[in-house]
Amino acid sequence: MSAILNPRVPEGPLAEKWTRRKNEMKLVAPNNKRKYKVLIVGTGLGGASAAASLAEMGYEVESFCFQDSPRRAHSIAAQGGINAAKNYQNDGDSVYRLFYDTVKGGDFRSREANVYRLAQVSTQIIDQCVAQGVPFAREYGGMLANRSFGGAQVSRTFYARGATGQQLLLGAYQALSRQIAAGRIKLHERTEMVDLVLEDGKAKGIIVRDLVTGELTAHAGDAVVLATGGYGNVFYLSTYARGSNATAIWRAYKRGAALANPCFTQIHPTCIPVTGDYQSKLTLMSESLRNDGRMWVPKKQHDSRPPAQIPEDERDYFMERMYPSYGNLAPRDIASRAAKRVCDEGRGVGPNGLGVYLDFADVVKRIGEEGVREKYANLFQMYNEITHEDAYKAPMRIYPAIHYTMGGLWVDYQLMSNVPGLFVVGEANFSDHGANRLGASALMQGLADGYFVLPYTLGDYLAGEKPGSRPKADAASFQTAHKESAARIERLLSIGGKKPVSEFHRELGKILWHYCGMARNDAGLRKALELIPQLRAEFWRDALVPGTGAELNQSLEKANRIADFLELGELLCRDALTRAESCGCHFREEFQEEGECKRNDADYAHVAAWTYNGEGQEPTRNVEPLTYENIKLATRSYK
Amino acid sequence: MNFTLKVWRQKNADASGAFETYEAKDINPNMSFLEMLDVVNDDLTKRGIPPIAFDHDCREGICGTCSLVLNGDPHGPTQGTTTCQVYMRSFQDGDVIVVEPWRVGAFPVLRDLVTDRSAFDRIIQAGGYVSVRTGQAPEANGAPIPHRMAEAAFDAAHCIGCGACAAACKNGSPMLFVAAKVAHLNSLPQGQPERGERVLGMVRALDAEGFGSCTHTTACEAVCPKEIPYDLIVRLNREFLAASAQEAVTPHGHAGGAAG
Repeated sequence: MSAILNPRVPEGPLAEKWTRRKNEMKLVAPNNKRKYKVLIVGTGLGGASAAASLAEMGYEVESFCFQDSPRRAHSIAAQGGINAAKNYQNDGDSVYRLFYDTVKGGDFRSREANVYRLAQVSTQIIDQCVAQGVPFAREYGGMLANRSFGGAQVSRTFYARGATGQQLLLGAYQALSRQIAAGRIKLHERTEMVDLVLEDGKAKGIIVRDLVTGELTAHAGDAVVLATGGYGNVFYLSTYARGSNATAIWRAYKRGAALANPCFTQIHPTCIPVTGDYQSKLTLMSESLRNDGRMWVPKKQHDSRPPAQIPEDERDYFMERMYPSYGNLAPRDIASRAAKRVCDEGRGVGPNGLGVYLDFADVVKRIGEEGVREKYANLFQMYNEITHEDAYKAPMRIYPAIHYTMGGLWVDYQLMSNVPGLFVVGEANFSDHGANRLGASALMQGLADGYFVLPYTLGDYLAGEKPGSRPKADAASFQTAHKESAARIERLLSIGGKKPVSEFHRELGKILWHYCGMARNDAGLRKALELIPQLRAEFWRDALVPGTGAELNQSLEKANRIADFLELGELLCRDALTRAESCGCHFREEFQEEGECKRNDADYAHVAAWTYNGEGQEPTRNVEPLTYENIKLATRSYK
Repeated sequence: MNFTLKVWRQKNADASGAFETYEAKDINPNMSFLEMLDVVNDDLTKRGIPPIAFDHDCREGICGTCSLVLNGDPHGPTQGTTTCQVYMRSFQDGDVIVVEPWRVGAFPVLRDLVTDRSAFDRIIQAGGYVSVRTGQAPEANGAPIPHRMAEAAFDAAHCIGCGACAAACKNGSPMLFVAAKVAHLNSLPQGQPERGERVLGMVRALDAEGFGSCTHTTACEAVCPKEIPYDLIVRLNREFLAASAQEAVTPHGHAGGAAG
């Protein structure tokens, strides 16, 4: 094990680890809690739930988001649902099964103890959200309803039509708002973190930029929590909100935090296909649609007949053929690659052949259009708005797209990075999902971290820090970081080139999608590692960033984030090149067996966490071995 | 397709604004309105003109960030959608499109088309929540909620807090936003204990922020991207009256419970 990565997993049987750790953890006395200040960056499910919980407990909290309101965080866009091992359907679900499905879904590249804890607290999350007034779907008798998601043979997904993320986020946002009103949280909206400040090796503050005035300010705290989401926008076209970015975790990386498994990027199989070069965004169609929708393509290549004119026996229901036991509900990485394969064979549908059908004809026949409307109305409406097509009448056309990053800052069992005092929750950390995330698990992790894990583990850390000992925000370390941030902004504004920054972003995205997307290989990754530094050099030579730093300047915001993506993209490819195996969403073409991932557990059953060595230096690859005490490493099969 | 855009430009909150005219050329009809603005902005940038600032984020109609008035319509010509889901095929080739920010006194313009809607956050802070602490919530199926009630609560809870209701209202009233949150929480068993305080708190916060009053023209319902029904405002008023009456008779107590 690398010296810097100590996962601090508690001893003892798996099912008792979390209880045991909670009992061992140091407590902060109630009258001392208010003497500690916690800085929380990001207000999505992880950040808002953490801020609300910590403020309720009595800590002083400052909350930061780049949006105009915490309610806009991208968690709001999650559609399908949130998993929990409630076994309300009496179909044999249990904490162990949720744990097992999640580890298997992640292709045995996640830390057992973390995943078990996630499954354990999942049941409490539903209780908490219902108490907040989240209007989950209900059966006619008033009990909570469930539906199925990929990678599971039980029905454990709780949902609020196709807007589950919105409803859960509003629940957390309302809890946060209550604490703001009570004066326990100070909120900074339209404020972006631009650097992390360390004192004696511990995270003690941040530098932020006010996106309206451009003012840079320093904030000191006893601990810093990053809840800033994923970095999938490094690919340019993705299902992420346009503002989602890597800046906070990237600056933390440059200050010493390890970045784990950056190449593990989830591609979601059911997105609306790309239609043009101008496109800024890909829109997801919830995985829940695969409960009822059947994926197919014509058996013949380049069959351009409209779907209704293709008879049953000339259709290939490829998911049902390839994965008979899970069928259309195979996990996302599997379904994405299957879609890519049939399109590569020349059987894709739609204008550019990059699409497959998701067909609802059978379910419409079974429960009628009205029945389908009740289950999926807003999704069908959204599809109609974007494509101008009616999916009640003709099948949807879908294609895989970048959707979630399993990689992120490395954290131990306490959710603390290798930088003491720097905690990372939700998608911003690497934990829990391994090499692939199962559907309805992102919401679960965000809320588990924020409501039920961090409030305990952060207290344990703070109990070791002297109350009232945090530095002043004008300490030397803050002044240095402040000056460096100002210099970086000045440098961006003074490049004086000719090319708008969005063009660099699009080019970076194409390189990454092409060489490090659904499939990667040695030669392609080496090529990307040549192209990205060239593009980065061109950016710093020829980018055109108009305006000044002392105003609302959206071009500058973008430029600042793209500059980070141009560095992160390179690390992503480096990570993919080094991992000479296929696992989950990381599909190295050299390592496959009948088109499926071929893992190499002897050499790669570990987390790879990279640490920064300075500009122009190769980063160090640190390794945390993954030991499976309770699960036998098996070949993942959904056949 | 080609368009002429008349866009509101305003350097900052203190500056006075004016319309500027720009041409949008060779626009693909499948572009969203915001993607068209991206193209125009890259062109303006290259020509040394400051790009147009506008608010947007998820670009899939759910975050509530985008907020443009197109030819006088908040969120543009398409029914039941946000600006980010308006596509250029909704316009005719050669159209002149007037692009403005939300025009609401309580939403000051920060720059160009970007407004400050933090007043909505302060209204939520005044009671738009259930007071529950983390960690010890009762078993979720302990209190059954009939299907119909859960669905009705969702219909109201689906408000995205964009502010179009206020932008469409001649009085700049966001009553639909407040009504949606009150209907969501007050119709569920979890919301009952704070029922009265919630409605009093939120309506008074609305007044304190300087929004206008509702005069029931239903303009809000017509533009709401989530089609929140105007009826909820009627329910809000009834709840407000009942809670006010209760507060009057029990001035030191809680204005909970009895409404409607």
